[in-house]
Amino acid sequence: MSNNENHPTTAHSVRGYLIVYVALIVGTILTVWASFIHFPSREINIVVALVIAGTKGSLVAAYFMHLISERKMIYSVLSCTAIFFTGLMALTLWALHDFPSLTITH
Amino acid sequence: MDIPYTVEVRPDTGLYNAKVGIWLFLASEVMLFGALFSAYILLRVGAPEGYWPHGWLNVPLGTANTLVLITSSITTVLAWVSLKANQFGRFKLFHAITLVCALVFVGIKSFEYHDKFVHCEFTLKNGKFADGHMVEDKLKQDANGFTGYAVIKGHVVDDERELYDLNAHKAPAHEDIRLDGAQIAKRGSYGPWHNTYTAIYFTLTGLHALHVIGGAVVIGFLWGPGSKLWETDPERFTNRIEISGLFWHFVDLIWIFLFPVLYLL
Repeated sequence: MSNNENHPTTAHSVRGYLIVYVALIVGTILTVWASFIHFPSREINIVVALVIAGTKGSLVAAYFMHLISERKMIYSVLSCTAIFFTGLMALTLWALHDFPSLTITH
Repeated sequence: MDIPYTVEVRPDTGLYNAKVGIWLFLASEVMLFGALFSAYILLRVGAPEGYWPHGWLNVPLGTANTLVLITSSITTVLAWVSLKANQFGRFKLFHAITLVCALVFVGIKSFEYHDKFVHCEFTLKNGKFADGHMVEDKLKQDANGFTGYAVIKGHVVDDERELYDLNAHKAPAHEDIRLDGAQIAKRGSYGPWHNTYTAIYFTLTGLHALHVIGGAVVIGFLWGPGSKLWETDPERFTNRIEISGLFWHFVDLIWIFLFPVLYLL
């Protein structure tokens, strides 16, 4: 028996995929539109763009990659990845202002 | 020798082996791209004030490529759904669209790359900067400097920073400019060597494009000669489509982040 049998393949699920597809297109248009808005600071533009990208990425992972209904084994693998990825980004942010002595920072 | 658990579920994982394998591979891919995103952040934050480019890339083309990849993602998942519903013809149709989308994506990306390689910046001896696309290149360089001439379609600026933030500095209308070798102190194109932005841009998008090409080769094989497996072992073939699809969705997911980071911010 394949665990594929866990995945619904009815017309209902196809409708779900199409809804996600439309959401991704709307998200893309929204990203471009938001990038042309002059928020008080560029940081707000960055946050808005990353929030939309994060939402779109979550939709792809949850529905197209079926992470919303996966086995515990996959979640365990991805939990480790999430921990290491968070650590990587934390180290990156930590390093932003940690210049070695004699660095020319302009 | 039979490969175990290609179709049946392995009791301890609850999955067939290829699925565990592809997720472990994707986990490593997250860290690979994560490291490059980390490099991007450090390069951007470390850039001198006014020297991080904005508006260098073609937003309509980037948007089109995003829509193309999203479309290829839905056709990939629908191809798998078609096999689950025992509709092999529909599977062929959906994955043919996926392959066309992959070709379109690589075609647009190649056009963008070409545009960067023919885009030149000249540092002039009078301290100004000439920037534009090469129209005619008759320049020669030797130990004494440049001889001959070049014609570019572009403009000349006093401060190099005007070339960096194209959103803030409205570039004057581009016109044909003839530059004699005697005027030129330095020349360079907008390839990966131009600055840290183009270096990380070509690294990130080049690595991503290699993933697109690799994924397209696998999907193309499964669409063509590999599809014979459907006749002998349809469930195993369906699993292969699911695995290649997971990789393809990941490629789409990476682009979802690359697009705003490189094109819009």
